[in-house]
Amino acid sequence: MSTPPQPSGTPTPDTPDKTVGPSEAAAPALTPGRESLHYAVRNPKLLIGLAIVLILLGTGVLGPLFLDSSDPNAYVGPQAAAPDGTYWLGTTTFGQDIYAQFVYGLRSTFLVGVIGGGIAAIVAMLVGFLAGYRGGIVDEILTMLTNIVLVIPSLAVLLIANAYLGVRSVGVQGLFIGLTSWPWAARAIRAQTFSLRSREFVDLARLSGSRTWRIIFREIAPNMSSYLFMTFILLFGGSILIASSLDFIGLGPTEGVSLGLMLQSAQQWSALQLGMWWWFVPPGIGITAVVGALYVANVGLDEVFNPKLRES
Amino acid sequence: MARYFARKLLVYALTFVVAVTVNWMIPRFMPGDPVSAMISRARVSQPEAVDAMRAYYNNLFGFDQPVWQQYLHFWSSLVHGDFGLSIWVFPKPVSEVILDALPYTLALMIPAILLSWFAGNWLGALAARRKILDNTVLPAGYVLTAMPYMWIAVILAWLLSAKAGWFPVSGGYSLDIQPGMNADFLLDALHHWVLPFLSLFLVALGGWAIGMRNMIIYELESDYSTYLAALGAPHRLIRRYAFRNAVLPQITGLALQLGVLVAGALVTEIVFNYPGLGNLILAAIQNRDFFLLQGTFLFIVIGVLIANFLIDLVYVVVDPRTRTGMAGGQS
Repeated sequence: MSTPPQPSGTPTPDTPDKTVGPSEAAAPALTPGRESLHYAVRNPKLLIGLAIVLILLGTGVLGPLFLDSSDPNAYVGPQAAAPDGTYWLGTTTFGQDIYAQFVYGLRSTFLVGVIGGGIAAIVAMLVGFLAGYRGGIVDEILTMLTNIVLVIPSLAVLLIANAYLGVRSVGVQGLFIGLTSWPWAARAIRAQTFSLRSREFVDLARLSGSRTWRIIFREIAPNMSSYLFMTFILLFGGSILIASSLDFIGLGPTEGVSLGLMLQSAQQWSALQLGMWWWFVPPGIGITAVVGALYVANVGLDEVFNPKLRES
Repeated sequence: MARYFARKLLVYALTFVVAVTVNWMIPRFMPGDPVSAMISRARVSQPEAVDAMRAYYNNLFGFDQPVWQQYLHFWSSLVHGDFGLSIWVFPKPVSEVILDALPYTLALMIPAILLSWFAGNWLGALAARRKILDNTVLPAGYVLTAMPYMWIAVILAWLLSAKAGWFPVSGGYSLDIQPGMNADFLLDALHHWVLPFLSLFLVALGGWAIGMRNMIIYELESDYSTYLAALGAPHRLIRRYAFRNAVLPQITGLALQLGVLVAGALVTEIVFNYPGLGNLILAAIQNRDFFLLQGTFLFIVIGVLIANFLIDLVYVVVDPRTRTGMAGGQS
């Protein structure tokens, strides 16, 4: 359950409380890394998901280098042309190259995913680890904070903040998304930490006089690293969906282009009524492919790290 | 159980206070002065008129009072149901504007949330036991959850409206019909309702189906299922237990998903130009109507809180542990 978002736009990742138990996550074999790799290269879901993400990432990073114009919004071609050899994805009503907009849009999509997902993951880890490890009054306060942020609809907050502040850039957008979409992840990390903190090796570290954050980062976090990584992937996908909603409402970055902004201008200039499907289909497919591939790769990872789910 | 409810109510009360406070703080502590923005919007040129307007707006917002008084005043007018006057549709009170839009949003949200939850859980549970279904439901579910709300709305509008011509593409009712409680209007409104509903329903459906499928598989792999199977219990019985356990997190998920779906309804409404709260928010932003924006935000928060509370009530009925007070620590 994400945010966004969940939602964030929000996708429903599998239930945080039940996914990989830390014991499975730790892969108790002799050489856990090797074993994971062994299963990873044989997992079709992981491979396909990863391949799609990498192809799109490559398109976003390298695509713009092969374009003649450095401005994706430049008026270069004929107006409202359907896809053909010169303009692979056609042009807008104003003669902008949709393929150029698409490759630049992919860049900002990945960027907002990394910033939003990264910030959300950091906040979720700080809150979740501290609440789960310390327990008691610290836990009570942090859990209450988490629940409050969880209940307030984040898109409404983002709308208001955006409307008042008027700051419009991919970075700021990612920052806001990250600061509002962490609660479900914090909850899940707290639950995992809870079950790890009474293990022997943690007790040992505590007896040897290690400080709280040292225990958390040296003893607890490595034992749920696969779980943390999967949480980050879901937050990453959720951020992309939320960002596309914000862009669509007209609160996206004012400079440059993003897939959400493309959808917005297609809607605004009635591409639908004009039958210009090449204007609104590609950006949607782009977002769906990135987020969907991330989710599928996540399921694959789950199977790699969790022996119970293997076989099929 | 009393403890469970006390905790929940405390969280809800605090959430409400935080939301109201954030709502109050934003126009006061953010850079950019809403009063100047409104005056520049009005395009008044004479300095005397500008001063008069500034004084009027300062008085209207209560900016001429000390900050703590403004805060208390904000609360007291809220309690009296006074959200101020809308700037966008000028002399109309914000509460009236919102109440006009509310029925459309509710008619869209409630069926979309509940039907997608039931259908998604049912599909997911079926998928967990049939390989063929699993291979179709799972990929379809991932594609659906990964789709942005507005894009599926745009695609539906394109296919079923622009191409097939089955449904109207925008609005909540035809412009030649007066809204009212009669068969003509209701049928027409229903006709306009189908596409926005479908887009919300489909996106949410995918998420529920995947969640339920995963949960059931976890339950079927768990110790008690293996034990029951070893005892020779019939598969149907094991599945029934698995379903009962798997549905509990889905109920929690329903509460978590509410805030997200509110967001989905906003963008969907904007695509279809549906006259609900989402469109109101867009209009409020575009017209710098701060009162209207504050009012809609509060309404959404209140709606989410009420819905969450209802789900908590359902949870007590479904999960026996909450009744005996054992689940106090995990809320």
